[in-house]
Amino acid sequence: MAELASLRPDLAVIARQVPPGVRVLDVGCGDGALMAALQQSRNVDARGIEIDPDLVERCVARGLSVVQGDADRDLAFYPDGAFDVAILSQTLQTAARPDRMLAELLRVGRRAFVSFPNFAYWRMRWALMRRGRMPVTRHLPVTWYETANIHHMTVKDFEELTAQLGIAIENRWFFTADREVGAAGANWRAEYALFEVRTARARPVP
Amino acid sequence: MTAAAPSHSYALPGPLPLDGGQALEGAAIAYQTYGELAADKGNAILVCHALTGDQYLASAHPMTGKPGWWERMVGPGKPIDTDRYHVICANVIGSCMGSTGPASPAPDGKPWGMRFPVITVRDMVRGLVALLDGLGIERLHAVVGGSMGGMQALSLAANFPERAARVLAIATTARHSAQNIAFHEVGRQAIMADPNWREGDYYGHDSAPDAGLAVARMAAHITYLSEAGLTEKFGRRLQDRSAKSFGFDADFQVESYLRYQGSGFTRRFDANSYLYITRAMDYLDIAEEHGGKLADAFTGHAMGRGARFCLVSFDTDWLYPTAESRHVVHALNAAGAPVSFVELSSPFGHDSFLLDVPALDRVVKGFLDG
Repeated sequence: MAELASLRPDLAVIARQVPPGVRVLDVGCGDGALMAALQQSRNVDARGIEIDPDLVERCVARGLSVVQGDADRDLAFYPDGAFDVAILSQTLQTAARPDRMLAELLRVGRRAFVSFPNFAYWRMRWALMRRGRMPVTRHLPVTWYETANIHHMTVKDFEELTAQLGIAIENRWFFTADREVGAAGANWRAEYALFEVRTARARPVP
Repeated sequence: MTAAAPSHSYALPGPLPLDGGQALEGAAIAYQTYGELAADKGNAILVCHALTGDQYLASAHPMTGKPGWWERMVGPGKPIDTDRYHVICANVIGSCMGSTGPASPAPDGKPWGMRFPVITVRDMVRGLVALLDGLGIERLHAVVGGSMGGMQALSLAANFPERAARVLAIATTARHSAQNIAFHEVGRQAIMADPNWREGDYYGHDSAPDAGLAVARMAAHITYLSEAGLTEKFGRRLQDRSAKSFGFDADFQVESYLRYQGSGFTRRFDANSYLYITRAMDYLDIAEEHGGKLADAFTGHAMGRGARFCLVSFDTDWLYPTAESRHVVHALNAAGAPVSFVELSSPFGHDSFLLDVPALDRVVKGFLDG
């Protein structure tokens, strides 16, 4: 389980939550650290999508099944319910349409783990209020004109979106730096959040 | 580089059924092997060659003396490691390096010429599978190929899903496009317009359609390179002269290079084989063979069963561009097959799969060993 211990905290939570032997799609799988850990510790059938060719190459070189692709476009090619679990870690805020990506995620996966940076984290609010400029932080270190994060959101925004889309929230975890924090005041206190969601009722995405 | 070794030849025990409705009687397949076959025969990798390739994968070509066409990839300690794997490479039927093709004798003792039946990529694969049967290899560790070799790898996966545990298809496609067919037709017309072609019946004569075959090779060779690669290699530089000659000699280096490529090719390749193999590639449409939907070709590889796939494309390959690989990847996704795909960056165009692309080495090794 050495690999699990070295995972980013949100990924470590996901790795603990995924049941053994299931089919997993990791959207935006990066260098495949989570997939590798899941295959070793949970014996899952893991597949990945990653947009960066250098990261895809590293995944394939370590024996993982990863497709170079754009989640905005390529999720459409997977059949309904092809996976037991779909994972979208720190990627939703880069989507052209986060609402559609979330719906696609829960079309191909029976349930999903979604993590994202919380733009209402108090350091963000403080930096914006004090300096009047888009915050550059430890967790979001790239300037506004270079960042791939084109749809910043908050914990409240995400919860509201799930309600609109008819998505049920099964579980939620919050993190600051490398620690898990409680749910109280999470929209202030959490630097990033992780949600486990599933489709509650069908509702078309506008 | 190892010394040129004579090929093994496997005589097919029965007729080889062909997509065209005929069957090829008495066919033989010439092949080379590298590395030891394990006692359980589980470490065999079949490498499929491209249009003008041959079985001399990792050993010197007996006619040209040049190193094997993939020696940088296949050998002891190389990405396809012959210390671990038993690597098989066979000349496809229709070709001219020892396997039965249009230059081989027909049952009447005379060369087949244009009487040779038109074959398809799937027919080539049937020949390869017959060879595997003969060698007692039920399930390959992997089938690997670039360009037409990748087409064979995909065709094997589609038609014989139980025969390979891994499928590695590089710089390839599941169907020939109108542009692909168009370039091949230029080559075929160049051969057939050569008076020495004699309707394909030139084998007993002093002269073969070398001029036509050279033009075919020149046209095709352009499609294997990228525009940027050609510019970097040749630009508008002149060949052994300081000024334009105001004539039709090879003034430019790129002309001289293409002429050299064309004439060199005629010394090792049969013009009729070029016609037959380009035709086979043009007929390739793996979706069409399986009811029109490519995903249906790969249903034998759904979740937990069948093979793992890896597709690789190159960003400067305009012959089989990335979109063609993606098309296959999407079909495999739809079929539920485990698939990896990466578009690698390389300046060399389609030929990248044969050249020095370190990222390709890492992907090939990682996929085969994983």
